[in-house]
Amino acid sequence: MIEVRNLTKRYGDVVAIRDISFTAATGQVLGFLGPNGAGKTTTMRVITGYMPATSGTVKVAGYDIFDDSFEVRKRIGYLPESPPLYNDMTVTGYLRFVGRIRGIPKAELGDSVDRVLRICGLAEVTDRVIGHLSKGYRQRVGLAQALIHNPGVLVLDEPTLGLDPRQIIEIRRLIQELAGERTVILSTHILPEVTQLCEKVVIINEGRIAIEDTLANLTQNMTLEQVFLRYITKEPVEERPVLEEATA
Amino acid sequence: MKNAFTIAGKELRSYFVSPIAYVVLTGFLLLGGWFFFNLLARFSFLLSIYSAMRNPEAQMRLNLNDFVIAPLLHNLSVVLVILVPVITMRSFAEEKRSGTYELLMTSPLSITEIVAGKFLGALGFLIVMLALTGIYPIILLAYGNPEIGVIAAGYLGLLLLAVAFLTVGLLTSSFTENQIIAAVSCLVLLLLLYVISWPAETAGPVLGAVLKYVSLTEHFGEMVKGIVDTKELVYFGSVILLALFLTQRSVESVRWR
Repeated sequence: MIEVRNLTKRYGDVVAIRDISFTAATGQVLGFLGPNGAGKTTTMRVITGYMPATSGTVKVAGYDIFDDSFEVRKRIGYLPESPPLYNDMTVTGYLRFVGRIRGIPKAELGDSVDRVLRICGLAEVTDRVIGHLSKGYRQRVGLAQALIHNPGVLVLDEPTLGLDPRQIIEIRRLIQELAGERTVILSTHILPEVTQLCEKVVIINEGRIAIEDTLANLTQNMTLEQVFLRYITKEPVEERPVLEEATA
Repeated sequence: MKNAFTIAGKELRSYFVSPIAYVVLTGFLLLGGWFFFNLLARFSFLLSIYSAMRNPEAQMRLNLNDFVIAPLLHNLSVVLVILVPVITMRSFAEEKRSGTYELLMTSPLSITEIVAGKFLGALGFLIVMLALTGIYPIILLAYGNPEIGVIAAGYLGLLLLAVAFLTVGLLTSSFTENQIIAAVSCLVLLLLLYVISWPAETAGPVLGAVLKYVSLTEHFGEMVKGIVDTKELVYFGSVILLALFLTQRSVESVRWR
C-alpha cells in the first residue's frame, strides 16, 4: 500500500533523511519511531505530498507521489504534529470546509461530517468554536479532519502529544478502531503505544533507517525499549549506565 | 474553480468573524467621512465667496467633480495604502504560522486554486469596503449635479488601484509566516510605487517616462480625471496579474526547497 524507496531529503546542506526505504502493507499499522530530529516529520511530509523529496520515490496505492500527486492526496488522511485547525470556525463548519476541499460532493457532505463527528466523539461540540475547545477535543477534530474523505491511508504525526492519560487512551482506542482495513503510519515517542497498536516497527535515527521489522520479531528476546535504545545508540544497551557514570 | 470559491468563502467568513474587518471598515469610513465633510464644507465656502464677489468665471470652474470627488478619491487611495496591507497580511502568513498551511498543501488542490481563493476572498472584502464609501457620491447626486461618468471612472480607478495593492499584499504575505513582516513589507512596496514618479521631472526624458509609467498614482490620477484609457487598464491589469503570478510561484516554491 505504501512503498517508500531510497528517499533522500536535503534542506540546503543539511540532509534530513538519507536513502530511506520501507513498506507498509494494506491494513497494517506501522509504528514510526526515532529520537527528535531523526527525520520522522520530514518523511511524513514527503509521503503526504507537502514537499517533494530530493531523490527517491513514494508510492501510495500504486500511485507515485510526484507524478500522480492528486490521486495520492485523495487517498491520504494526514494529521500533522499540530492539528491544522482554524480557530475561528465551528467544528461542523471546519469539517464541512475540509470535506469540500477534499473533493466530497455536496450531496454526501452532510453524511460524511456526521460520520466523523460520531467516530471521533464530537457530537457534543458540533457548534462550538474550535479556538475554545480543550486540547483533547482539538486533537479529535484534527483526527476527524484526516478521516472526512474516508481515506485508505492515515498518516498520524504524534497524535497523542500533550494529552492527558484519559485522552491518550481514548485516542489510542480510536486509532485501533480505525485501523481495520486502513493502512496507518503512526509516528510517536511513546513506546507502549507502539506495543499496543502496531504490527510493524520502523526505527529511524539520524535520517537513516535503523531497523524495519514486525513488532513480534523485534520483541522476541527483549522489550521494545531495549530494541529502541540499541538501534539509536551505537553502544550495546548494557553498557550505557557505566558510560553515564564515567562522564558524570 | 469550485475549490477556489470554497476557499474564497472561508476567507471572507474569517474576515468578518475577526475584529480586523470591523476595525478596518470603521477606520476607513471614519476617515472617508471626515474627508468628505471637509471637502464639501470648503466647496460651499468657495461657492459663497465667488458668488459674493460676483465672479461667474470662477464660479463656472467650481464643480463637485473637481473639488469634492477627485480629492476625496485621492485621499481614500492614501488610506488604502495603509489599510490594504492590514487586510492581506494574514492570508498566507497566518496559515503558515498556525499549521493549516499543511492542510491546504496536502489537499487535492492546485496552487492556482489556493491563490485564486485567497485573492477572491480578499477582493470580496475590498468591494464591501469601497461600496460603503458609495454613500458620498450618492449624497452629491441627490443634492447636486456632478458628472456621473467621471465618478464612475474615478471609482473604477480606485477599485483597480486597491486590487493592485491587494495582490502586492498577497505576495508579501506568501513570503513569510510573520504577519507584521507581511504588512510592513507590503506597506513599503506600496508607498514606493506611490512615490516612485516624484523624481520623474529631473530624471531625464527616458528614465522620467519609465518612472511615470511605473507609478500607480499617475495612472490612478488619469482615471480620477474621468479618462478610462486602455493604457491605464493594461497597466493595472499587468500589475495585478504579475503580482498574482509571483504569489503563485512563491507558494509553489515550498515544493522546490
